[in-house]
Amino acid sequence: MCLRGIALRENFFSHYGRQLGTLSGLLGLVVALWALTPHFLTVSNLLNIAEQATIIAIVAVGMTFVIITAGIDLSVGSVLAFAGVVMASALHQGVPLPVALLGGLGIGLLCGLVNGLLITIGRLPPFIATLGMMSVARGTALMFTEGRPVSGFSEAFRSLATGEVLYIPTPVIIMIAVYAVAHLVLKRTKLGRYTYAIGGNEEAALLSGINVKLYKTMVYGLAGMLAGLAAILLTARLNSAQPIAGMNYELDAIAATVIGGTSLLGGEGTVLGTLIGALIMAVLRNGLNLLGVSSFIQQIVIGSVIIVAVLIDMALKRRGK
Amino acid sequence: MADAPVLEMRHIRKTFPGVVALDDVGFELRRGEVHILLGENGAGKSTLMKILSGAYQKSAGEIILDGAEVEIKNPKHAQTLGISTIYQEFNLIPHLSVGENIFLGREPVRLLGLIDQRAIFQAATRALNGLGLTLNPRKLVKELRVAEQQMVEVAKALSLDARILIMDEPTAALTEHEIKELFATIRTLKAKGVSIVYISHRMEELFEIGDRVTVLRDGCSIGTYDVHAKSRSELIRLMVNRELTDLFPKERAVRGPEVVRVKGLSTKGGLKDISFTLHKGEVLGIAGLLGAGRTELARAIFGLDKITSGTIYINGAPQRIGSPRAAINSGIGFLTEDRKSQGLVLPLSVKANLCLSSIDKFSRWGIMDTKEEQQAAGRYVNELRIRTPSLDQKVVFLSGGNQQKVVLSKWLCSQAEVFIFDEPTRGIDVGAKTEIYQLMNRLTASGVAIIMISSELLEVLGMSDRILVMRGGRITGEFSAEDATQEKILQCALGE
Repeated sequence: MCLRGIALRENFFSHYGRQLGTLSGLLGLVVALWALTPHFLTVSNLLNIAEQATIIAIVAVGMTFVIITAGIDLSVGSVLAFAGVVMASALHQGVPLPVALLGGLGIGLLCGLVNGLLITIGRLPPFIATLGMMSVARGTALMFTEGRPVSGFSEAFRSLATGEVLYIPTPVIIMIAVYAVAHLVLKRTKLGRYTYAIGGNEEAALLSGINVKLYKTMVYGLAGMLAGLAAILLTARLNSAQPIAGMNYELDAIAATVIGGTSLLGGEGTVLGTLIGALIMAVLRNGLNLLGVSSFIQQIVIGSVIIVAVLIDMALKRRGK
Repeated sequence: MADAPVLEMRHIRKTFPGVVALDDVGFELRRGEVHILLGENGAGKSTLMKILSGAYQKSAGEIILDGAEVEIKNPKHAQTLGISTIYQEFNLIPHLSVGENIFLGREPVRLLGLIDQRAIFQAATRALNGLGLTLNPRKLVKELRVAEQQMVEVAKALSLDARILIMDEPTAALTEHEIKELFATIRTLKAKGVSIVYISHRMEELFEIGDRVTVLRDGCSIGTYDVHAKSRSELIRLMVNRELTDLFPKERAVRGPEVVRVKGLSTKGGLKDISFTLHKGEVLGIAGLLGAGRTELARAIFGLDKITSGTIYINGAPQRIGSPRAAINSGIGFLTEDRKSQGLVLPLSVKANLCLSSIDKFSRWGIMDTKEEQQAAGRYVNELRIRTPSLDQKVVFLSGGNQQKVVLSKWLCSQAEVFIFDEPTRGIDVGAKTEIYQLMNRLTASGVAIIMISSELLEVLGMSDRILVMRGGRITGEFSAEDATQEKILQCALGE
């Protein structure tokens, strides 16, 4: 019993200490922007930020799973575009809404599973497999649409992005739901535990009887499916599916994951950290826009923030050891 | 030839935290002799040679080179003093040519810092010819046979003006014909006045190539002898002569029914026609030298290596064990040789590691009952007295002995009935060793069967009920605990 008391306290600091650090970074950023511009800390602007963050944040959940297995997925941005245009075309063909939505998720899942099989059965490095998929999915999306966007949808579909529940935009609610489920999956399910084990030591995981190939493939499938979900929300928001959508989203998702404290070496990381990481990026973009900073300088600032965040994280980790 | 020694190591002492590896060890090396270092695994041969090659610093004692005392600061310094080492793992770059490897790091340069390729190949040809070799210096190292790579290492050492050459198990990976070639080269080197310190387990080589032999035991030197003044069995006795101490608290358990039967097992990993049985409550020790096939046997039983012929019976029924999962389901647990790289997921918690191979017990539809997991983990931590501040502590922060207990608990938790221990006490301090042995006693008392692979002869003798000896992928001897002696085991392991 005594053991349990200690366990709980240890648990809190060792598991959430790092997120507290990232969180205080986010709060510091919010305070600074509040001081600099009166338009920042308003309810409508904060909701706006949350909405801006949703797409990357949802893609980044899958990325977090993948990176915890010590992998990487460069294809999510292209998969998003591919899933988006297929679903949009289906809607234009008169396919019922629920079927089209499932189709969007299914295309994402399928691309992810192919990634996973290339990596596990084909033994390709994740970087190479998903680099290839990045190009193939993008090319297929362009071919499928002949390079033109697919636009104009029913009110019912668009309400996925424009609706609100208790004044909170629907996409934000969906994002929160995804994070809640992902958190529970990582902490409370076999899939989650195996994700950490495979990234922490693949050989030991195998020797403990874990079907490493199966679970790795599932993780890439999950990343693809979440890219499909992001495609639905993005298409609904823009009222248009573009074959060139999602460019560089994989890089933003990796950045959010890494800022959130997930190690590229695998075995460590949380989705809560990733959420904070995605919010930091969104707050930064929004704040710099409000301040009228040019988009050129914005890129410099965001790049620097990524580097500094990881430097701080590594320094904290070293001190922890 | 018997003039003043080229090298003398006197009263060498080396301590590591908590361990005395060498205590008052010494020998002298004459010009142009092949001096054999003989001893069991862990006797201190490699440590002594690491001190000579500058990889370790001695704690006390002196090294006298050409009559003057020297302090060997690092491997580079050793090379400038004329001492070179041919390691078991070669330090060659596979994608570079023979010549480029020989002169790596000291390439002759021309104007503008361009490497003078022609000079390299000319010098390399000279170095190789000097050894009586006709290797093409432009050939890439990756295209060479192991024996040829070794020759490149030797040529490299000579081009560094080595007068003393340390060879650590140089024949381990060679064929019989290649060994003959190596010995011819060694004789050429002797004629040139190069002195060679030669480490080998193979008795037959000792008599063929050696001049004198120094026997080490438990980090002490026993003596130096002319090779032909001692018989093979005399040397073996000098190597191992020790009493079993109360280091091994062996308690014999009741021998129960047969649980494992292996019949005619051969694998791609190199096992040939292995047959044996294992009973409940029994510790079956497996002895043998490095590369004898002991770990391969464990891998085969645990479903990691492909079985080409033969059958494994568990509790009388033939089993197809094609994966670790299948082995675990058959009640087998495998404590690997290397805990950190194979046994544990270091960044995960004690709890997660402990339950890793039996998550199904704590989950329904893939969702875990974390409370139940917590309780089970707590039970094992208490029972095995794993010293950890909490169940959520990452195992990377635990000591070696406690890490080993976590791995052990993992298999207890998955209810294994057959435990395979591969080098169970490697890298564990003495106190924790005894604790591991006591745990093995408790396991056998509860009816578990244990296969214990160990390079420590004393451990095998001290803890086993029966002993198998392996050599070259085959079983070459079987002894009951009463009949076994170190001499008999070594005879089987070395091959008569």
